[in-house]
Amino acid sequence: MMGEQRMDDALLVVLLLADATIRVATPLVLAAFAALYSERAGVVDIGLEGKMLAGAFFAAAVASSTGSPWLGLGAAVAASVALALVHGFACITHKGNQVVSGMAINILVAGLAPTLAYAWFRQGGQTPLLPGEARLPQIHLPGVEALSGVPVLGPVYRELIDDASVLIWLTVLLVVATHWVFTRSRFGLRLRAVGENPSAVDTAGLSVTRLRYQAVIITGVLTGIAGAYLSTAHGAGFVRDMTAGKGYLALAALIFGKWRPWPTLFACLLFAFTDAVQVRLQGVPLPVVGVIPVQFIQMLPYVLTVLLLAGFVGRAVAPKASGVPYVKER
Amino acid sequence: MAQDAAQGVTGRSFGRPGEVPGWVGYALLPLLNLLAALALSGLVILVIGENPLDVLALLVTEAVGYPEAIGYTLYYTTSYIFTGLAVAIAFHCGLFNIGGEGQAYLGGLGAGLVGLALTGWPWPVAALGAVALSALFGAVWAAIPGWLQAKRGSHIVITTIMFNFIAAAVMTYLLVDVLIRPGSQSPETREFDPGVWLPTMDRVLGWAGIAVPASPLNLSFLWALACCALFYLFLWRTRWGYEIRTVGRNERAAVYAGISPARNIILAMAISGALAGFVGVNEIMGVQHRILLNFTGGVGFVGIAVALMGRNHPVGIVLAALLFGVLAQGGGQVSFEYPTVNRELVMVIQGLVILFAGALENLFKPRVEALFRRRGGGHDGGTAHG
Repeated sequence: MMGEQRMDDALLVVLLLADATIRVATPLVLAAFAALYSERAGVVDIGLEGKMLAGAFFAAAVASSTGSPWLGLGAAVAASVALALVHGFACITHKGNQVVSGMAINILVAGLAPTLAYAWFRQGGQTPLLPGEARLPQIHLPGVEALSGVPVLGPVYRELIDDASVLIWLTVLLVVATHWVFTRSRFGLRLRAVGENPSAVDTAGLSVTRLRYQAVIITGVLTGIAGAYLSTAHGAGFVRDMTAGKGYLALAALIFGKWRPWPTLFACLLFAFTDAVQVRLQGVPLPVVGVIPVQFIQMLPYVLTVLLLAGFVGRAVAPKASGVPYVKER
Repeated sequence: MAQDAAQGVTGRSFGRPGEVPGWVGYALLPLLNLLAALALSGLVILVIGENPLDVLALLVTEAVGYPEAIGYTLYYTTSYIFTGLAVAIAFHCGLFNIGGEGQAYLGGLGAGLVGLALTGWPWPVAALGAVALSALFGAVWAAIPGWLQAKRGSHIVITTIMFNFIAAAVMTYLLVDVLIRPGSQSPETREFDPGVWLPTMDRVLGWAGIAVPASPLNLSFLWALACCALFYLFLWRTRWGYEIRTVGRNERAAVYAGISPARNIILAMAISGALAGFVGVNEIMGVQHRILLNFTGGVGFVGIAVALMGRNHPVGIVLAALLFGVLAQGGGQVSFEYPTVNRELVMVIQGLVILFAGALENLFKPRVEALFRRRGGGHDGGTAHG
């Protein structure tokens, strides 16, 4: 009896860790896959943070005013796509510096979101707490009771899979779809080509500008969803600096994943797992090493990414034409 | 961007028929970009229900309208000059250093350690020590990404972003677990001995018999101006500066001229980091007198806007830093008067300036330049920039 009890406890700890990992990973996956589209098409995007923040604010603001999380999601996507188009206008149409443009968007939104929140809601730069029906729903699955007696599978089904946010399911679909797009679809292969050798794509009679705009718009849609997840699914309202560096962490995950869908997913899960572990390990002494300061676990994703970029653990090769504006005729 | 700066400095093309006069590049275009950014910010103010012109008038009054305000404005300007110069020297070497924030943070650690260690010493010794150690800490923190770029090909934009986060984590650890004042709840060090504080300008002017109201403006303002002069001399009057600019303009040409790109990339980043580190002298030795969390508050990012607006030239950087100093000081004060406006509005303007002066630099430039070419009676429309 005692042994069984302990096993159940251990399983519960693992499940809670896995659950926390999935919750933290979802916005990372959405943002990293968002950047995957634009970066594979040759447009560097360090403006994920700003677009997510705009998404988070507009989702919560509209959900709070209308009571509909779906209108909020729509507003988040619209705002984020608008910013993506600004990025496209600067970098594709006007061949501006992509890093500068992304940075500008991050700073702009870091100022704009609290400014608008402050003026509209007068609550110190945040939106009111959203009631349950103004948040995106969780999907309740059938058969939880029936399975509850089954060892392992029952708790897994109950704790991990049942009652997940609708956006988590959407993210799962997105991962599979993205893999298909980049390996099987004509559009995806063209996007990859435009990121590696745009003049070849141009010679084949396709519009580099059009393809890159399409990629940038997809980035906008996905970062908008990522923002909406933060404020209307995971959280219940917008708070100042809600993204807290997640846009940059997603960028690190994309690089750690070497600009490929499955490794990027793995990187997001790894980074999210370190976050979940860090919360649990706070002040708990470990065998041999003792108490590890949380800050060291927090900086792990960034250190790993630097080591990878330096070629000390594997090698990340960016799309060849990434960051380079395409000039048709010299 | 470096090209504009170089053109602005030589001013060779001034007044020649069919060519664009230099002041278009270093005065007219930045002004147009600023106006576009201000116009859009005005729109934001309209949206939140205030009169943009009233807000602007109050902002300017609160920033330069009385002596105390000017002191505060120049105190902000000081940090912006340091980070603006930091971004600019990297730009001249063809590098984009987004890590000013982390380098300034580490520079503050260096300055602060001097402040903690030199209890009882005269302030000039502490000031020199703080300048040296903040430069060293900032330089090392920037030289590592520089080295990784030069030797391992790691993209400097990404590594400097990562180094900002690593710096934040390291500083939190140090302040929470190591340097914290014993018995204190908030993660900060003890206050330094008042004898080692960097004198404020009101004290310095007081020694000379000139009475000005107290403000955080301190001696590091003069050091910032000196850095501008040194920056100019180094970049345009020494061999090292020439080599850095050559690598920035054309790396392959530099190799053929016997100039090592790797060496210059690391050197430019080290200088860039040292300049950003001086923010620590202003903030920690001049104002806070202890090391605390997040004292940088985005100065590294403002530096990008300052360098872009200032066309990477020290004179332009001082003017741009002054502009952002006015915005920082005035913006903070405006939020007291207008309940709907808060100080984050300043970040909106900063973001828009970076957008227009940096990413959208090609929005006005070709049109304005074409206008001047036509004016000059030139028939060289075909030889436009390319």
